Amino acid sequence: MQIDRLSLPQKIGVYVATFFFLLFILMPFIEMIRVSLRPMSHLMTANFTWWSEDFSLQAYRDMWKTVPLLGRYIFNSIFIATSVTALTMVVVIPAAYAYARLEFPFKSLSLGAFLAVNMFTGAVLLIPLYRVLRTLSMLNTYWAIIIPGVAFLIPTGIWLLRSYLEKIPRELEEAAFVDGASRLYTLRRVVIPLAVPGLIVVGTAVFIGAYAQQFLFAITFNNVREIQPLPAGLYEFIGYQDVTWNEMMAAALTGITPVMLVFLFLQKYLVAGLTAGAVKE
Amino acid sequence: MTLAVDTAAPERMQRRELSERTFAWALISPALLFIAVIVVWPLVETIRLSFTDATLGGENWVGVANYAALFADPKFWQTVGRTFYWMFLAVSLKLIVGLIGATLLNAAVPGKALFRVLVMPPWVIPVAIGVIGWKWMYNGYFGLISGLLQEFGLVQDRVALLASKTSAFYSAIVTDVWVGTPMVTLFFLAAMQGVSRDLYEAAWVDGASRWYRFRRITIPQIMPVIVSMALLSAIWTFNSFEIIWILTEGGPRGATTTLIIDTYKVAISSQRFGEGAARAVVIVVLLAVFSLFYLWFLNRVNRHYGAK
Repeated sequence: MQIDRLSLPQKIGVYVATFFFLLFILMPFIEMIRVSLRPMSHLMTANFTWWSEDFSLQAYRDMWKTVPLLGRYIFNSIFIATSVTALTMVVVIPAAYAYARLEFPFKSLSLGAFLAVNMFTGAVLLIPLYRVLRTLSMLNTYWAIIIPGVAFLIPTGIWLLRSYLEKIPRELEEAAFVDGASRLYTLRRVVIPLAVPGLIVVGTAVFIGAYAQQFLFAITFNNVREIQPLPAGLYEFIGYQDVTWNEMMAAALTGITPVMLVFLFLQKYLVAGLTAGAVKE
Repeated sequence: MTLAVDTAAPERMQRRELSERTFAWALISPALLFIAVIVVWPLVETIRLSFTDATLGGENWVGVANYAALFADPKFWQTVGRTFYWMFLAVSLKLIVGLIGATLLNAAVPGKALFRVLVMPPWVIPVAIGVIGWKWMYNGYFGLISGLLQEFGLVQDRVALLASKTSAFYSAIVTDVWVGTPMVTLFFLAAMQGVSRDLYEAAWVDGASRWYRFRRITIPQIMPVIVSMALLSAIWTFNSFEIIWILTEGGPRGATTTLIIDTYKVAISSQRFGEGAARAVVIVVLLAVFSLFYLWFLNRVNRHYGAK
């Protein structure tokens, strides 16, 4: 439409500004890729050089020796994020349905209380959490990272899924209800199948959140290397005297590939779904 | 499926009214249980511990001694001030950068769909991984930023950005802005797309410039989203742990120690649980007061701009 039309200088201006904006956003990734492709000796030369002739994939081979458990870390990250997502969804689906459809006492108060959880971070609750997990014999197990992870993703999950469920027409449920279906049957056989696109959005958001938040709980509640997720596993190597940065970057890039793939496949739905709640009016 | 219109349906539903309550509570009880065990109980326990001198060895009731010591410590007030300064600066920058970013991504140019995807990676990847990338870029011997500064002749020598107090603080802010920008941009963009086109067209017909339309239509229309994102980012920034921990662990000489970092160091690194708990309680109270004040403010903004 004509109102949106930009003159050529304006277009150029938009592209130049977008370039700098995206450069800020993507610089660390570009730099990580660049570093991962260069031998360590050349990264440490006296004069900074942006480009050189010696790009190679050597670091991607050596990293498996330097970080012997790298494969395990990546597996752990995926395993923990998947478990957190599955558990969160099992808890969130019924709760979101209750908030979207049912009337009950303390409804808005309890929803507000759930959302208030977002105000806390694990960091202020670590001491008692440590004791809870010790009491439950969960320290130094996958559970120590999974259980707190689930708790802190529940509020956002309920919030996102609730706004999606509210958009599904009630008539279908009412029809099933009139036909004598039980509430649970209606939820399982009518609501959940209809909500699949929303479940995918919320599931992906929870997965990304679960992948992202592992660090704090992992370094605090777990000191077994074999079950450490990638960020905590790599962090240990960053603390050493001689950090082989090129291999660290190669390992980091390899480790984020799964979550980047998930994102790229689902980004269209994800972006729309995440913001749906924000711009309802 | 046919949608049978059954006039008896509302009555039948009413008959099940009693079970609706029970059913609803049954549905939310797993979520409630999780929150109760992992958030509420630890919170109560944190409050109790803050009145004790708990360590690994044991605990004794000490009354308000932890709080008294904390409030008498000028370093603590410095940390409080630093935390709010950190929050204010990082949130303002995130909102400004996010607003510019959203405006750019909202412009009708070819390629915008791709640009919108390219904004998201900092949000997608684990924060800790992104921060490790920044840590490398900040290093003084062969880091990118130091190298570029030298290249352009802005500095003579290598600069280790994380080694001096001031530059470490601002470096941490830049990284925090980087982590937070994608979400802010995404929500602003969605809000901008939700603004009614009629408004723009009416203004356009009247000959209003692009800048005028941005100032007088876009900004007021998305103001409720700006204000809620400001609150959310403020809470996230206040609570942010990984960024500072990985970059500097609160150093050099405390220059990047925020309340969260201080609490973690006392409670977990030195295992002074009682003193750590007192700090945690202060954080919770500060955040609660801040949020309540802010929600009141949000309410006023919404009323002012006529949002529902």
